[in-house]
Amino acid sequence: MIWPIDLAILTLVVIAGIGALMVKDLLGAAILFGAYSFMMCLLWSIMGAVDVAFTEASVGAGVSTVFFVAAVFRTSRRTKD
Amino acid sequence: MTDLISTVVAKYNYWIYITLMMIGLYAMIAKNNLVKKIVGMNIFQTAIILFYVSIGVKKGATIPILEHGHGPDVHHVVHAVDYINPLPHVLMLTAIVVGVATLGVALALAIRIYNNYNTLEENEILTQVREK
Repeated sequence: MIWPIDLAILTLVVIAGIGALMVKDLLGAAILFGAYSFMMCLLWSIMGAVDVAFTEASVGAGVSTVFFVAAVFRTSRRTKD
Repeated sequence: MTDLISTVVAKYNYWIYITLMMIGLYAMIAKNNLVKKIVGMNIFQTAIILFYVSIGVKKGATIPILEHGHGPDVHHVVHAVDYINPLPHVLMLTAIVVGVATLGVALALAIRIYNNYNTLEENEILTQVREK
């Protein structure tokens, strides 16, 4: 594990997570959640968990984002918080 | 005192995991929109996975794939200290798949609720339920 990269990616993970919860648009929240999942994938390949990184890149960043976007298009984009 | 500070700084992965967990818990409790609540649930799940993967990390170790595992001369001693512990990784592989399944069910329920009440905000749904 290379700690400067680890710390930088951890900061980006926290920023992406807070951003996904703060943004006033559900489609933006879905895309920011995809960015969060991809940062998590990078974090796990840094920590040496390559199998978890593969699964997160395909399932977390791929399928989850598609699910969110599909759900947002079937409902509404507006949110109050 | 310096001992304490160095222990706290050396375990920064665990502090970030607690931070992410609290962000997810806050979103699940305090957010009003159902999709935001589901995003918070997913952040909570990935925080727990981050904790488990952080347990397996070793200093000076490589990824858990055997070196020189193929070929004619495979008879050699394997030192466990040279490899990162793969057991938490395997457990968390299952957790990721279960997380996507719960996400699908939660979003399907949110779509059904939207079709019934025409809104995703929790307080508007509750007022409509009380009016009936």
